[in-house]
Amino acid sequence: MKIAVCIKRVPDMDVRFKIAGDGTSLDETGVKFDLNDFDAWAVEAALQLKEKAGSGEVVVLSLGPNAVQETLRKALSMGADRAVHLQADKIPFDSFVIASALAAELKDGGYDLILFGKLSPDSSNAATGPIVAELLDLPCVTAISRLDIADGRGTAKRELEGAQEIVEFPLPAVLTTDEGLNAARYPSLKGIMAAKKKPLESKPAALGEPTVKIEKLEMPPERAAGKIVGEGAAAVPELIRLLQTEAKVL
Amino acid sequence: MANIFAFAEARNGELRKVALETVTAARKLADATGGQVHALLVGAPGIASKAEQLAQHGADVVMVCEHAGFTQYNPEATSAVAADRIKSGGFRAALFSTSAQGRDLAPRVAGKLRVGLVTDVTSVELSGDTFTAKHPINIGKVVSTISIAGTPAIVSIRPNTYAPVAKAKPGTVENVAPVGDPSAARVVVKELVTGSGGKLDLADAPVVIAGGRGLKAKENYKLVEDLADAFGNAACGATRAITDDGWRPHSDQIGQTGRLVSPDLYVAVGISGAVQHLAGMKTSKTIVAINKDREAPIFKVADYGIVGDAFEVMPVLTAAVKEARKGH
Ligand SMILES: Cc1cc2nc3c(=O)[nH]c(=O)nc-3n(C[C@H](O)[C@H](O)[C@H](O)COP(=O)(O)OP(=O)(O)OC[C@H]3O[C@@H](n4cnc5c(N)ncnc54)[C@H](O)[C@@H]3O)c2cc1C
Ligand SMILES: Nc1ncnc2c1ncn2[C@@H]1O[C@H](COP(=O)(O)O)[C@@H](O)[C@H]1O
Repeated sequence: MKIAVCIKRVPDMDVRFKIAGDGTSLDETGVKFDLNDFDAWAVEAALQLKEKAGSGEVVVLSLGPNAVQETLRKALSMGADRAVHLQADKIPFDSFVIASALAAELKDGGYDLILFGKLSPDSSNAATGPIVAELLDLPCVTAISRLDIADGRGTAKRELEGAQEIVEFPLPAVLTTDEGLNAARYPSLKGIMAAKKKPLESKPAALGEPTVKIEKLEMPPERAAGKIVGEGAAAVPELIRLLQTEAKVL
Repeated sequence: MANIFAFAEARNGELRKVALETVTAARKLADATGGQVHALLVGAPGIASKAEQLAQHGADVVMVCEHAGFTQYNPEATSAVAADRIKSGGFRAALFSTSAQGRDLAPRVAGKLRVGLVTDVTSVELSGDTFTAKHPINIGKVVSTISIAGTPAIVSIRPNTYAPVAKAKPGTVENVAPVGDPSAARVVVKELVTGSGGKLDLADAPVVIAGGRGLKAKENYKLVEDLADAFGNAACGATRAITDDGWRPHSDQIGQTGRLVSPDLYVAVGISGAVQHLAGMKTSKTIVAINKDREAPIFKVADYGIVGDAFEVMPVLTAAVKEARKGH
């Protein structure tokens, strides 16, 4: 089983973002970065499949500046076998550009599975995986919360609004991971040491023309300061009154 | 004049509310330039009966693609027929919903057509030659305005941002053939598992009642369900703290890695208001919070807060809502 996992380095969301002077990018000073959660679940899924099969290879890929090597090392320390860094000055916003560069690298890799996260929290496109699948003409199942592979075929569960789909597909295939699929392991000390010696290949990304452009970034309107209606059950009548007369939702 | 394509989402033979939202958004775009809205409805034989509703919401033309291979969602065949129609129709833009189905379809279609897309948009605008969309990024902490260079522009619209507006059009029905054989698709949905029947889903409900760790134990989640029942038009949600503990399924989780909701009313019970949770509900029109800690961050986004013990407040609130809704 040969599995590729595309992973992204994303900012920690627990900060107050500042728009940079150009008005179309964010100021990265003081922002911490880490492996996207959805991608950690994808790496975990790949490692579990390899462990179950007893053999195979897990390759992690990331497109971006040199800093993404740190993210690749993290995946290697979780247990991935080797890493590919596709160099770019910065991580493009454009999913189509990222997908095209990843697809070019993945095309002749002979992978049985190519895994992605469902979404990256910074650009919030949720598009890269299925675009790669189209570019490579591979079967694709998005946002999976369960996965079984046997005899060259897979079964996955997808969460919909108030329902789930049970989906079957042949290998090779592209999958994107949703929360609930697994719990990602933490790198062990041994894993961190081993990762230092694992192969990490770095080469320029094949970046095409952008298809979309960020024209402007702005902060969303602040919610008007709310009010504390009161304390305990005694505040309920006043809340009901406000919901009826002010918010008009009751 | 620019014609706009709208994908009319159906599940299990029923039109979904987001289908009407998508058509409504398309209508607004088309009206800005005097163009037409062409909606595509894909489903098992019989789905054509839903075309009328799309016409009532502003579709000039409803393209209907019926085939037994569309009984369940068929991602490959559906994206193939959508891409084919979008290409041959010369549309300026193609609109989908940012529902589970639309999130799956829009990037596939963009990939097939080799064009750019913007997903999860809260508004779209066509002025002159420029197509722009607003798209929240960084878990909604920043809003981007994105322009799409090529034609057609592919976008998916965030549910609940364009309320369906009735605007009757002739709704000429056109039957269209699938591309290839839908029954031969590689990816096959074997089964659609629907939850306990009748309950409203988070995406569609005008009212969402959500519970967090402040409820202390799984069995106390009933306080949330009781209030939802009292409203009658409410769905129930949860924080990661309680989906991780298995009180609720992950599909009920609201937030950064969970669902995004934007109801008319959101009631947060025993929820601290971590940024990752706020990411999924901050755009709700009215937010009510019940928390015993006056300093809880949820009160910073709540329009109305009650500082108190959920176990004391919830039964009284539930009774009062029941009373207020008498006769509804
Ligand atoms: C990368 C990442 C992604 C995440 N994604 C999500 C996500 O999608 N959704 C999500 O929800 N979380 C997410 N989280 C977790 C998030 O950070 C919080 O841990 C979580 O939202 C907290 O849930 P909670 O409010 O239920 O629990 P707590 O933070 O423990 O809050 C419980 C609250 O209940 C109150 N309380 C206690 N007793 C009572 C009582 N008797 N009556 C009334 N109030 C009471 C307390 O004052 C407290 O404010 C994510 C975290 C990370 C790191
Ligand atoms: N720069 C990148 N390098 C590698 N993988 C990426 C990159 N950007 C996005 N991805 C993958 O695509 C998924 C979805 O990202 P997005 O389409 O940006 O929401 C991520 O979870 C990653 O698996």
